[in-house]
Amino acid sequence: MSQATQASALHDCRRAFADTLIALAREDERIVAVCNDSVGSSNLTMFKAEFPDRMINVGIAEQDLVGVAAGLANGGLIPFVSAAAPFLTARALEQIKVDVAYSQARVVLCGQSPGVAYGELGPTHHSIEDLSWLRAVAGLPVVVPADPAQTVQAVRWAAANLGPSYVRIPRFPVPDVTPPGSPFLPGQAIQLTDGNDITIIAAGTMVSRALQAAELLRHEDIQARVLNIAFVEPLDTDAILTAAAQTSGIVTAEEATTTGGLGAAVATLTAQHLPTHLRILGVPRSFAPTGSTAFLLEHFGLTAEHIAAAARDIMAHAAR
Amino acid sequence: MALRTRLAQLAPAQAAPILREMANSVRRDDLHMVYRARLGHLGGDFSVADILVTLYAAVLNVDPLHPLLAERDRLVLSKGHTAGALYTTLAHCGFFARRELDTFAAPLSALNGHPNRTKVPGVETNTGPLGHGFPVAVGMALAARLQASPRRTFVVLGDGELQEGSNWEAAMTASHYGLSSLLAVVDRNQLQQGARTEEIKQLEPLASKWASFGWEVREVDGHDHAQLLDTFRRPGTTRPVCVIAHTVKGKGVSFMEDRVEWHHKVPSAEQVESALQELSA
Repeated sequence: MSQATQASALHDCRRAFADTLIALAREDERIVAVCNDSVGSSNLTMFKAEFPDRMINVGIAEQDLVGVAAGLANGGLIPFVSAAAPFLTARALEQIKVDVAYSQARVVLCGQSPGVAYGELGPTHHSIEDLSWLRAVAGLPVVVPADPAQTVQAVRWAAANLGPSYVRIPRFPVPDVTPPGSPFLPGQAIQLTDGNDITIIAAGTMVSRALQAAELLRHEDIQARVLNIAFVEPLDTDAILTAAAQTSGIVTAEEATTTGGLGAAVATLTAQHLPTHLRILGVPRSFAPTGSTAFLLEHFGLTAEHIAAAARDIMAHAAR
Repeated sequence: MALRTRLAQLAPAQAAPILREMANSVRRDDLHMVYRARLGHLGGDFSVADILVTLYAAVLNVDPLHPLLAERDRLVLSKGHTAGALYTTLAHCGFFARRELDTFAAPLSALNGHPNRTKVPGVETNTGPLGHGFPVAVGMALAARLQASPRRTFVVLGDGELQEGSNWEAAMTASHYGLSSLLAVVDRNQLQQGARTEEIKQLEPLASKWASFGWEVREVDGHDHAQLLDTFRRPGTTRPVCVIAHTVKGKGVSFMEDRVEWHHKVPSAEQVESALQELSA
């Protein structure tokens, strides 16, 4: 049913981000890039080569990074701030809140290497809290593309959007999951598989694993509905409540803390409107041990097998 | 001819008496406003009033009736808690009606305790937490340069605010990029909320700090309108300019001047009467 169920090649989304930004910059001279020292970590090497004057480097200074971008937007430019997600969203959180979101500055914040992408570099370099605290900031869409195709859509959408946005650019390699011609709109999930037994709601790097879990469940004659949530804010409330009504329960999966992210958003919605069985998979409220990204995803239960197990657990409870 | 246009053409010495009266009128409106709302920051409002009035009334290329023209000069009030001085100055310069000031801090008013660009004409970016306005102003000046525009950018900073590290990040960026169209004004009133700046965390030697960050530094009497006008009209040549404006917190009202408690104290009815008399003299 899905392309992801076939053994397709793995890609990270960084190249899609870089190529799309360059293509946009060729079309629109208002687009500029802003980074904090590392052009490479910001995936801007090719951008700098083609548009050296439109590449603003403020050095190692994230508060300045976001403030300067808000000022560039005030001047009529469309700044793409690109920086490692942990430093962009943690160090500059008040600038994101005040200078960008509250001021409604047309700034695109691009969080690179999010989640546990920096693996062995440790919790200082992990960005598992970004979805939680940016969800709490009013007026700021939170966008989590799942594969290169959706990264292209996300970057193009953010450039055209008249307000601010946060786009989380995945680094951990994933298979393609987005069917050609899929729409990309705020508050609209992409339903990747049909099924009325159980629902799996995933974002970013977890979407392909959700599809693999659905495949495992199919062998047991459990039909899982998989929703790819690219917009963690604004959420597709209709698709989620419909899933709550039509299936036995919901498993959520995200490469982020379970305190306040996608799963929490789904829980808040369903608890108030249509309570259902729920299992929230992610990084529990803890700092990760040492390990590679692949190790840490396994360690925290962010695998197809764990997602499938959570689904079975709900099915067992619902049957009682 | 509109007063703003006429002032922009006058020599500093001729414009100064008009600006002085306008600044005292701004202070009087502010007193009424803060008394009515039962909140505000009169001490800092009165130290920065002459700076804001001089900029808006006689320096900035802005059109109050069309406050979003692309080629306008930009002004950021980074010390956003002195919104009272900003609102009264904007109203005096025609950005909105002076009667709007009556709504300051009232439920659902556009005039919040700190300025909001989406609600108040003339406000460029939302400020309040300290250390935010300066990086934004650097971005504005960078945008002008990328667009080869002659427009200028001004940012007004509190002195206590300079204890926030983000300002020094911005100062480095501005000098690195040689943003000579950017002018930062430090309202050097020597006091912050809790005590004198030098007691809380020393800023001096302030002028040499700015110079060592690559800025052209000028020091003026922040209540001398002729000096302010003269220095504001002169952009930098190759470097950004920092004007250290020596001011008095609570300027113009004897019992408020240089008194730390007037950071955000609200005056009694008798104190308002007494202050109005001094500001009308």
